[in-house]
Amino acid sequence: MPRTQLLIGTRKGAFFLESDDRKTWELRGPFCEGWPVYHMIHDPGSGAVYAAAASEWHGQAVWRSPDLGETWTHSSDGIAYDSEAGRKISKVSTLAVSDGRVLVGVEAPGIFESRDDGQTWSLLSTLAGQPGSDTWDDPSTQPPGHLGISALMFDSEDADGLWAIVQGVGLFETTDYAQSWTPRNRGLRADWPREHEEVGFCVHKLVRSPVDADRMYQQNHVGMHRTDDAGHTWTEITEGLPTEFGFAAATHPHDRDTFYVIPLDPGHGRTMPDGHAAVWRTRDAGSSWQCLDSGLPKQDAHVGVLREAMAIDSEDAPGLYFGTSTGQVFASTDEGDTWTQIADYLPAISSVEVARTE
Amino acid sequence: MAEVHLPSTLEPLFPGLPRRLDVQAQTVGEVIDQLEHTWPGLRDRLCEPGPTLRHHIHVYVNRERARLDTPVAGETRVDVIAAISGG
Repeated sequence: MPRTQLLIGTRKGAFFLESDDRKTWELRGPFCEGWPVYHMIHDPGSGAVYAAAASEWHGQAVWRSPDLGETWTHSSDGIAYDSEAGRKISKVSTLAVSDGRVLVGVEAPGIFESRDDGQTWSLLSTLAGQPGSDTWDDPSTQPPGHLGISALMFDSEDADGLWAIVQGVGLFETTDYAQSWTPRNRGLRADWPREHEEVGFCVHKLVRSPVDADRMYQQNHVGMHRTDDAGHTWTEITEGLPTEFGFAAATHPHDRDTFYVIPLDPGHGRTMPDGHAAVWRTRDAGSSWQCLDSGLPKQDAHVGVLREAMAIDSEDAPGLYFGTSTGQVFASTDEGDTWTQIADYLPAISSVEVARTE
Repeated sequence: MAEVHLPSTLEPLFPGLPRRLDVQAQTVGEVIDQLEHTWPGLRDRLCEPGPTLRHHIHVYVNRERARLDTPVAGETRVDVIAAISGG
């Protein structure tokens, strides 16, 4: 029987929430020995689950389960820089998988690739030579979190295409599988001085419409933005949202104009504004926004939602899911109109991904 | 022969790895090499590139703080400790 699996990465290990009907959910975990999990994904090709995790004691590794959490292996074989080059890896931050290739983004900024199901890894790219790369190894210039490569996205239209976010620097695209890169930040806003024309932007989250590859959205440190030309130019669409700041975002699987975001307090708290939990939706590509808070706590909910902590499935009536910094998971199966809490008392949640399994 | 004691946090990562075992080696680094041979990947859990011991991994040879090049010749007790830290 098909099941919906939510892959929950937390500060204390990995969990699964699974359901036959998206109404009743069963929790399994913790897995990965309680290591902080920064990102957890499902490979529809192999059925495996990967988790990027880093232990304070035992370092970073990519965990793999071929059977939805029943058994696990872990490896960091090859996830290392040449020690003589002076670069060190503090964290494995983000994962992407496509067609037998598994990528992990790390800090100091770099991308490692595995072609043997995560057993061994080799350096794919450090984006060396890109504007800003001369200083992004310096911890004193990095934003909090020290994620390095904070997100990776394979290009669904091009097997050699890949998108990478360098935290606090900007968005980059390659069309020749990391042989060369191009900054894709034109039109983005930055409220601070920048050394380079093409970079110096704080891209938090990039999502792409599954039905229109030219249509992307991004939650930026300063504002929501949309592109209609596959990232060549960006237009700000913040007006109508309660704040310009946030991390998580999701695109509707069937409608290019529908998009979801969770605005947060732009100060250092980075929690729901005024303690009022809400997801915001546009159905017209950002011209107007609706507050979706039915079933969510409307007061005293000082919770955050991180960049990978919202996901949407591809059902006819898509399910939306998000996890909080205080360990709750909320779900909606009516496009965000109403919400139900489906888990509580989990460790702080870093990532939520959704998969449909047999 | 070194009598090696390993932290409990390693045990679930490597099936069959005991908490205590005897290892023939000349240095702490060689002890870890021997363990790596039987349990591939274990070195990465204890060492960073360099190689050097990870920040929160402490090794003691006969109760003295040790490094990778510390000798372990003869009847030696080696304690590998996951330092008390975190939250």
